[in-house]
Amino acid sequence: MAMGLLDPVKGFGVTFSTMFKKVVTEEYPEVKKIPAPRFHGRHQLNRHPDGLEKCVGCELCAWACPADAIYVEGGDNTDQARYSPGERYGEIYQINYLRCIGCGLCIEACPTRALTMTNEYEVADDNRQDLIYTKEDLLAPLLPGMEPPPHPMRLGETEQDYYVQGPRLERRAGSVGEEEL
Amino acid sequence: MSVAAQTSGGDTRPVPEDHVRLTIDGREVDAPKGELIIRTCERLGIIVPRFCDHPLLDPVAACRQCLVEVEMGGRPMPKPQPSCAVTVADGMVVKTQHTSAVADKAQQGVMELLLINHPLDCPICDKGGECPLQNQALSNGRADSRFVDTKRTFAKPIAISSQVLLDRERCVLCARCTRFSEQIAGDAFIDMLERGPGQQVGVAADKPFQSYFSGNTIQICPVGALTSAAYRFRSRPFDLVSTRGVCEHCASGCAIRTDWRRGIVLRRLAGHDPQVNQEWNCDKGRFAFVYATANDRITQPLVRESIGGDLKPASWTEALETAAQGLLGAKNTGVGVLPGGRLTMEDAYAYAKFARVALGTNDIDFRARPHSAEELDFLAAHVVGVTPDNGGVTYDELSAAPAVLCVAFEPEEESPIVYLRLRRAARDRGMRVWHLGQFTTPAVRRTFGTLLRVLPGSEPEALDALEPEVREALSKQGAVLLVGERAAEVPGLYTAVARVAADTGARLAWVPRRAGERGALEAGAVPTLLPGGRLVTDDVARAEVERAWGVTLPSRPGRDTAGILAAAAAGQLGGLVIGGVDPFDLPDPRLAEQALSRARFVLSLEMRPSAVTQAADVVLPIVPPVEKSGSYLDWEGRRREFGTTIRSVTASVPDCRVLDSLGIEMDVDLFTQTPAAAWAGYTALGTYRNIKRDTSRHTGRQVPGKDTVPEVGEGRVLLATWRRLLDNGSMQVGEPHLAATARPAVALLSETTAADLGVDLGGRVTVSTQRGSITLPVAAADLPPGVVWLPGNSGPATVRRSLGVGHGAVVTVRSGNGGSSKTAWGRHS
Repeated sequence: MAMGLLDPVKGFGVTFSTMFKKVVTEEYPEVKKIPAPRFHGRHQLNRHPDGLEKCVGCELCAWACPADAIYVEGGDNTDQARYSPGERYGEIYQINYLRCIGCGLCIEACPTRALTMTNEYEVADDNRQDLIYTKEDLLAPLLPGMEPPPHPMRLGETEQDYYVQGPRLERRAGSVGEEEL
Repeated sequence: MSVAAQTSGGDTRPVPEDHVRLTIDGREVDAPKGELIIRTCERLGIIVPRFCDHPLLDPVAACRQCLVEVEMGGRPMPKPQPSCAVTVADGMVVKTQHTSAVADKAQQGVMELLLINHPLDCPICDKGGECPLQNQALSNGRADSRFVDTKRTFAKPIAISSQVLLDRERCVLCARCTRFSEQIAGDAFIDMLERGPGQQVGVAADKPFQSYFSGNTIQICPVGALTSAAYRFRSRPFDLVSTRGVCEHCASGCAIRTDWRRGIVLRRLAGHDPQVNQEWNCDKGRFAFVYATANDRITQPLVRESIGGDLKPASWTEALETAAQGLLGAKNTGVGVLPGGRLTMEDAYAYAKFARVALGTNDIDFRARPHSAEELDFLAAHVVGVTPDNGGVTYDELSAAPAVLCVAFEPEEESPIVYLRLRRAARDRGMRVWHLGQFTTPAVRRTFGTLLRVLPGSEPEALDALEPEVREALSKQGAVLLVGERAAEVPGLYTAVARVAADTGARLAWVPRRAGERGALEAGAVPTLLPGGRLVTDDVARAEVERAWGVTLPSRPGRDTAGILAAAAAGQLGGLVIGGVDPFDLPDPRLAEQALSRARFVLSLEMRPSAVTQAADVVLPIVPPVEKSGSYLDWEGRRREFGTTIRSVTASVPDCRVLDSLGIEMDVDLFTQTPAAAWAGYTALGTYRNIKRDTSRHTGRQVPGKDTVPEVGEGRVLLATWRRLLDNGSMQVGEPHLAATARPAVALLSETTAADLGVDLGGRVTVSTQRGSITLPVAAADLPPGVVWLPGNSGPATVRRSLGVGHGAVVTVRSGNGGSSKTAWGRHS
């Protein structure tokens, strides 16, 4: 088989034509990519508009988790130290991101919408210990008008008020309520 | 009873006697007369949903969840019937929800009704995940509710006792808890209040739900209305690993279920054992388990430094070497062994063998409590070697007995499951119960019993002069005489008990308080007996053990606990090996302290720091029962075997392994490295074939010392005392909710005695001896004149420790605080 005249430069044609195609290289980490709105990223433990935690420590997320990545222990709210409306709050909350497969069954299981997923995808580290996220890592940041627990219920007498009026109060407070989604 | 189910039609076999033939879901079945439909369904494998039904409680038909369609004589009953309350009848046709649309609709309707006021707060409810209401709402309920109005709400939760919390919103008014309290436990502190839609479970405002059995109501509550304060919000059922076990607290031998997670026990529940505890247990067995994970657990061997004299952590090798050297050095002058009454049988056997083989002595006694030589004779003659298999009294026989006499035994405080059996039999069958005691305790009332009131110390005379009515009842076939370990405190009482049993033919059972006592007796951890009930003095029996162990054994009985302590205090014993013994339980705590300080070498096998470890030269850490396997013998002599629940993460090991390793250091082989090996060693010996039931030896013994009748008067009275179920015991630490349900520590006096002494009932009283005093609130009780009753070890009432005396002693009673209310430990020394 004889070599054609143009064959030596044919390969350069591929190179040349690629120069005009869209580049797939990500400029990460200089440029962060914005994922799809429903991307399953790092979890977040949400707060009521006054800063109390929504998590009641029911462990339904841990129950639903197919990878056994979540560990929860409930605790008793007292008049002196209240973390959530009602009787019960999540005293210990851990998600092990070495195990988490991002399936989202946990947030479906959550009865109070305390657990949601953010679009945050930078969940990597160089040691195992730091990949077990504790409650401090997972709690949503305090927005204006929120006060860090423990503190008494500010939005009503009982926890019912939080659930009945919560979304309305949240809209009034101007914060991003995921109930509206 | 097994009644086979046949398919419908054409069964021509005659119906067995006392049976009826009926049809359930098209299947013909023979059932005993009087059986409830729901039980017959269960036997056929047909599950009818239910809440209020419980096989051990009387039917009440409160929840209406078990409605089925019933047809009698070809005519359907006008409405669905509750299968938990209707008994079977001949020719009855029952259709459950599986075959009847009517029953199915009725059940769904009931479920919808029950859920109308239910808060559906499953996520924050402790019952979530193991809740019959959750499960049956899914299996027999509708997905939607037509109820749109506001639910009834209550303040939640309310504490009906410090350890039981009530959430009235969740309650479906099945009345299981109130029926349990009334029918089984007998303390009806909890009841239904109000009527109609306002009906609720509640307690009287001034009377908390103070019961020794309240934890059972939590377990049988079919919804999350009753929850445990200790377990509240701690975990979910799917977190937990459930392991079967046996309760280590008393000689009742309850089966328990231990639920644990990540090496920590979170709760304990009553296990199911129809022959023993049925489905119940006491609150001590249920809640007192925190001691095993207490922060002060000794987790590594400790050796006392020669300079400074502090205990410092050491390796096992170093500690075992030091211990072996110490014991070998002390062996010439003698070493006493006090294993304590809380060991498994395997561990007790290791102690028994260690004392004989490694130390060459019979100075071993498990009795860390008041005891006597008379007791040893009694145990050797009537108790050792007796099991349910060879004619021992069993729980079921106790339940079937026509009459029971309790001597030196307060069943509710000392063996709660025996008490439940007595109450049940007295309530259901009218069993007669007599209590030989000092006052009408709650147990006397609740077993519908009769009190035979005697002065403390005069029990033997009272037994000899029993009323003809009692004597006659005890002569009936199957009558039982229960005697407690406290009988050792009254000279002549064991003898009198044996005499009454021999005269009337009543069956005799010994009910010790601690779980390990019966097993330690069989295992030979006593000065007069080798394993299997072999008398030390019996040459043939001893030769058997010598052959099995390959050693020569001393032929003289050893010293008992008091003898060992007295010898050690007098400097006659060089060493002491002490297991789980609290010196303040001993008959003379001060003697024990002297013994501990005088003995040249003290080896302690302990779990947590105690007065013994303070004095010990070497402390070897052992594991609590939850971290080892083994077996207890309950009071019946029934073996209660259990496996390891949690693997120990500390350096601690079971007693039998410690002793085995120590034996190797001392150049002897015990072959007790594991509980299984120890058990094999014990069974190789087995129970002696010809146990000499030498009843003559002590039935002939005279009641000693009755010429010295204690002088009473001038503020001097007789002391009656025994321990309560919940007290200052070291295995109840770390559980404040449980401790708060203990009965209040009060002294009791009769009204006339109080008047004679000038004591204001309702005020405070000081009880004192030469050694010290106890100051307590005082209340009235129907005690005999000239008698004061004190709880043995509750709150400030540490009788042995503070007063140095026990039941039947003379004490001085003064009104008021009487100087310092502190215990006067050491004040007179």
